[in-house]
Amino acid sequence: MTSRAEYCVIACAEAWRDNGEVLASPMGLIPSFGARLAKRTFSPDLLLTDGEALLVGLDGEPEGWLPYRRHLTMVTGGRRHVMMGASQIDRHGNQNISCIGDWERPARQLLGVRGAPANTLNNPVSYWIPKHSARVFVERVDMVSGVGYDRAVGPYHRLPRVVSDLGVFDFETPDRTMRLASVHPGVTVDEVRAATGFALAGGDEVPSTREPTAEELRLIREVIDPKGLREREVPAR
Amino acid sequence: MTDKTMSPEDVVGRLRSGMTIGIGGWGSRRKPMALIRALLRSEITDLTVIAYGGPDVGVLAAAGRIRRLVAPFATLDSIPLEPHFRAARERGALELTELDEAMFMWGLHAAVNRLPFLPVRAGLGSDVMRVNPELRTVTSPYEDSEEFVAVPALRMDAALVHVNRADRLGNGQYLGPDPYFDDLFCEAADTAYVSCERIVDSFGPDVVPQTLLVSRHSVTGVVETPNGAHFTSCVPDYGRDEPFQKLYATTPWPEFAGRFLSGKGEDDYQAAVRTWHAERAEEAEHAAQAGTAAKAATAGNTEAQK
Repeated sequence: MTSRAEYCVIACAEAWRDNGEVLASPMGLIPSFGARLAKRTFSPDLLLTDGEALLVGLDGEPEGWLPYRRHLTMVTGGRRHVMMGASQIDRHGNQNISCIGDWERPARQLLGVRGAPANTLNNPVSYWIPKHSARVFVERVDMVSGVGYDRAVGPYHRLPRVVSDLGVFDFETPDRTMRLASVHPGVTVDEVRAATGFALAGGDEVPSTREPTAEELRLIREVIDPKGLREREVPAR
Repeated sequence: MTDKTMSPEDVVGRLRSGMTIGIGGWGSRRKPMALIRALLRSEITDLTVIAYGGPDVGVLAAAGRIRRLVAPFATLDSIPLEPHFRAARERGALELTELDEAMFMWGLHAAVNRLPFLPVRAGLGSDVMRVNPELRTVTSPYEDSEEFVAVPALRMDAALVHVNRADRLGNGQYLGPDPYFDDLFCEAADTAYVSCERIVDSFGPDVVPQTLLVSRHSVTGVVETPNGAHFTSCVPDYGRDEPFQKLYATTPWPEFAGRFLSGKGEDDYQAAVRTWHAERAEEAEHAAQAGTAAKAATAGNTEAQK
């Protein structure tokens, strides 16, 4: 029986399919497992980091130097696909990690915009949201950190996908608004719509997130996450 | 050749209220905390602070020394949100220039290269433009005609950085995996002060040239402050003091400052930290002994052990 967390790993891994020789920059546990799964299977050319200043292979052996200043260059050079988090995200893909409430005097100060503005204008940016709710999927974000399709400028803006614990979303609509692309098995379309603070594009006939292969399940369970940390980030329900 | 060694107090003696101060490191990594602590012992206030923010920003904000912060974030890394920066923002206690982290880097580069700005493909479309209405744009003069943000130079009166080794002339060496932007901070400032774990007479014939990050022409003073980045990391000399960082993040500021920052100098701080760790180790030992005793007392009574 495939767990919800395992569908999430698969859905995150798919973000890096056919990306070629680019840096996979996952933020958070499940996207990290997804990136490693993608590299071990259908995207072997991906580059990975140790989370500090090294490019590393699957066995952790160093293969390159990537301190912050070079990392920032990789962002603008575009040979990178990041999967970031979002405290808020709207139908156009505008994302907020800066603060909740009025920026002048926030109700809750969060991280700050970090690299979201530069990332979203320069290299593909996907998002991972472990707890799908109407508090995260909002009508309007309080502070646009990552830029969405309605505000994008320049030639390199691209938001390939959003993955949550309920499903997979993309912007493959004529007006580039968020569409429900697949639901994870065990989740209903109504459930997703009820947990989303805006009207999602897409009809009621939504496919299921694909099943992992037997080999992918083995890699997740025995090689990539033998301690089962994924089940803590997305508990069974 | 000029011997530039000085004490943390000498450094602070050259700073003034109202100055613009750049602080090296990144998040909770290789921050010049001993110099920041010396600053906290002074009356200096009304600062504009430029930093990839960590607890340096947190302690200065908690102590009410920052008028304006220029930063893309403030974080403790293993604790994502800097609690004192957060509290200061939520009570409206400081002004903020919130920039993207790449914009920030190019602002440093502009300052180092004596340029008024550098163009970046970042910020446009985001609310960075809304909350920084002074930011201007430039249009490419070439055929593409693309519009960019003109990031203003982040010029500073003084920079404070911490490295692993330095010589008396002001050459600084980092031994960890990441230089962060400390060389840029030094060159972007009118004066720069480098604290280090240990002053060396020379770097020796086996030195790896790429580790010599900071050059003496950009350095005003050198300070030897062993454990001076505590509680942030200064690898490979030491990692972050996670238990202490947790204490910092969860203790009300007056209590934390009273216990650790009210001494006359850096030595008092280091002694207070050692005492805290010793007490903690002692408590852990007592708890372990008590646990063993309790286990013995309830042997055979499985309910009591649950």
